[in-house]
Formats: sequence, structure tokens, C-alpha cells
Amino acid sequence: MPGPLELVRRLGSSVVDRVWRLGFATRFFFAILLHSGTALRRLSLTLREIYFSGVLSLLIIIVSGLFVGLVLGLQGYETLQRFGSTEALGVLVSLSLVRELGPVVAGLLFASRAGSSITAEIGLMKTTEQLKAMDMMAVNPIARVVAPRFWGGVISMPLLAAMFSAMGVFGGWLIGVVFIGVDDGAFWSQMQSSVDFRYDIMNGVIKSVVFGFAVSLIAVFEGYDSAPTAEGVSRAITRTVVTSAMTILALDFILTSFMFRGN
Amino acid sequence: MNRTVLDLWVGFFVALGLAAVLFLALKVGNLSSAHLSDTYVLQARFDNIGGLKVRGPVRSAGVLVGRIADIGFDPESYQAVVTMNIDGRYRFPRDTFASIYTAGLLGEQYIGLDVGGDDKMLQAGDMVRMTQSAVVLEKLLGQFLFNKAAEGQESK
Repeated sequence: MPGPLELVRRLGSSVVDRVWRLGFATRFFFAILLHSGTALRRLSLTLREIYFSGVLSLLIIIVSGLFVGLVLGLQGYETLQRFGSTEALGVLVSLSLVRELGPVVAGLLFASRAGSSITAEIGLMKTTEQLKAMDMMAVNPIARVVAPRFWGGVISMPLLAAMFSAMGVFGGWLIGVVFIGVDDGAFWSQMQSSVDFRYDIMNGVIKSVVFGFAVSLIAVFEGYDSAPTAEGVSRAITRTVVTSAMTILALDFILTSFMFRGN
Repeated sequence: MNRTVLDLWVGFFVALGLAAVLFLALKVGNLSSAHLSDTYVLQARFDNIGGLKVRGPVRSAGVLVGRIADIGFDPESYQAVVTMNIDGRYRFPRDTFASIYTAGLLGEQYIGLDVGGDDKMLQAGDMVRMTQSAVVLEKLLGQFLFNKAAEGQESK
């Protein structure tokens, strides 16, 4: 085929490929929902996955949350003092964490810490034909392997995001009040008067739940769909992290445009 | 890993997560203090609401007594109709004056309720009769300049 036509053909084939994978991922999602009974009935399976994706991510989430809060405290103070309104530091730190940074950064960290390991585990199970072996023994691998990991991720993610935000607020307080000397009472009371539970905090929690679903689905799907070779698994892990990051940021934009319009 | 240890860690994790949500709700957010229980509705018409926003505060004597629920436009009188949710614990006399104030120089705008001396109280759904619109800075400046110019003419 001549040069330009070949290019068009390649473009078409890559689009078709992507649409096909998207459809496959959607069917996979419904298959997980369909076979979630086992994951919920045999709770120990899901608990194990909460341990691996949630408890083991605690350290990175808490440390990153603290540092993000410290940086927000410093940068926020530096900017606010130009306008002589350093008491608003608490508002700035808490709103940016609760609305945006908490869910988004916790989601990105969760994707690279827990999502990648889920993909690696499932991909390696596929490579070593453990999934096929389960199928031979009439154990459905989606019910036994995929669904518990999916639900473990979905449950862990909002809790991790909440901890991230809480640690960030603590970090902002540490810098603002303890080190710089912003008034303690003004810091908390201004924060409380401008952070609304339903509008700000619940919308942040909804974001983190949506990200939890997205990252967990991407992680288990990429693992299940990986080529059963060493190279295939490594590519699947890369795709998990990259796709999760882009999905989180795109979803965040869409959710924000619906949630926070500022009327 | 031992089952009990694993359960312990997961329990610890979930408790910590819920504690974080609780901290955000009570300490960072306003779930503890400013929730207005059983509110009733008052309405007021303004010629100009300036930069008033939905969910903005309604204050009396500087204390938060309600929130703005809705801002509409009346096509017949060409006025803004502001609907307020007022805390059910507080009643206001019928000659209450509703004005739009600004908190600080650049702060948010809010509705201030200045209480009159009437014996009869406003009931749910009532309209606050006496209102004062927001001060529009451009108009104020325009008036000031106009007066200055007029003074200049007189002294000649």
C-alpha cells in the first residue's frame, strides 16, 4: 500500500483497537460485578486485598499528605501575607486538599503503589497459567482472583484519600500555626466557616470513590488482559500507571466542572 | 500471614480512614457548628443585589442566622427576589430591615437583618418589606465626582 494510505490505515486500526479494548473493559467490569458474590461472601479474600492495597499504602499516603500540607502551608502563607490575610491560610490549605489534591494525589499514589502491584500479580498469574488452572478446576478466576482485588481497591481508595487530606491539613497547621505563628483560633474558625460538609467534603469523597473504581478497574483489567510473557506483564504495569493517571486527571476535570461551578 | 494479625491491620486501617473522615467533617468542615436545623423561609426584594451569592450568609447583629437559598428575578417589578432559609430558633419582627452589606473591603456580601420593634413576628414564607440594596461602588464614585463638580461650579 502506498505511504499516505498506509498511514490512514494505521490510524484506523489503532482507533478500532482502542474502541475494542474499551468495550472489552466495560464487559469485564460487568463480569466483575456479576461475580462479586464470592468476594463479598468470602470476606477474608477481600480483607486480604484491603491489607495489600490499603494498609501497605498507608505509609506513602501519610508521608506524602504531610509533605503536601507542609508545602501548601509555606506557599499559601507566602502568597497570603502579600494581601495581609494570613488568617485565611486554613481555608486555602483545607479547601485545596479536600476538593482537589486529596482525591487526585492520593489516587495517583494509589495507582502507582497498589494498582501496579495488582496488575503485576494478575499478569504473572496469567503468564504462569494459574488462571487457566483455576478454570480447569471449575473455579472462576474472575470471582476468585479479580473481584476481591477490585473491591479491595474500591474500599481502600476513599479511606486513603481522607487520610491524605487529614494529614495535609495537619501539615498546613504545623507550618502555619506552630512554625510561622498564624493565630490558632483564626486558622480553625475561618476554616470551619468556609468549608461546607456537603458541598466541599462530600464532593471530595465522591471524587475519591470514583477514582477508586477507575483505578481498580484499570489495574485488574490490564493484568487480566496482559500478554502472557515477561515483556507483556511489564507493559501492562506501565499501561496501568499511565492510563490510571490520565483517567484520574480527566475524570477530575469532568467531576469538578459538575460539582464546583461557583454560582 | 496470620489471619488475626491481618484482620487487626485491616481493622486498624479502616478505623484510621473513618477517623480521618470524621476529622474532616467535624474539625475542618462545619458539620458540628453551623448546621441550621428546621429552617423556615423568608423572602425579600432588592433593587440591586450586587455580588450576593446563593449559600451566602444571613446575619443579624453579626451572628449567622440563616443562608441564602435562592436568588431569582421578578420580570414584572424588575427586582431581585432573594429566598432565605432562617434558623427555626429565631423569629424576627415584621418591620425587620434587610440590607446587603459587605464583610470587609473585599469580603463576601451578606444580608444583614436589622430588627425593628413590631410585636407581630414574620411567619414562614413572608416577604421582608423594607430592604436596602447593595452599595455599588461605581455609582457611589459617580455621585461623589458629580457633587465635587457641582461644588466647583458654585464657588465660581
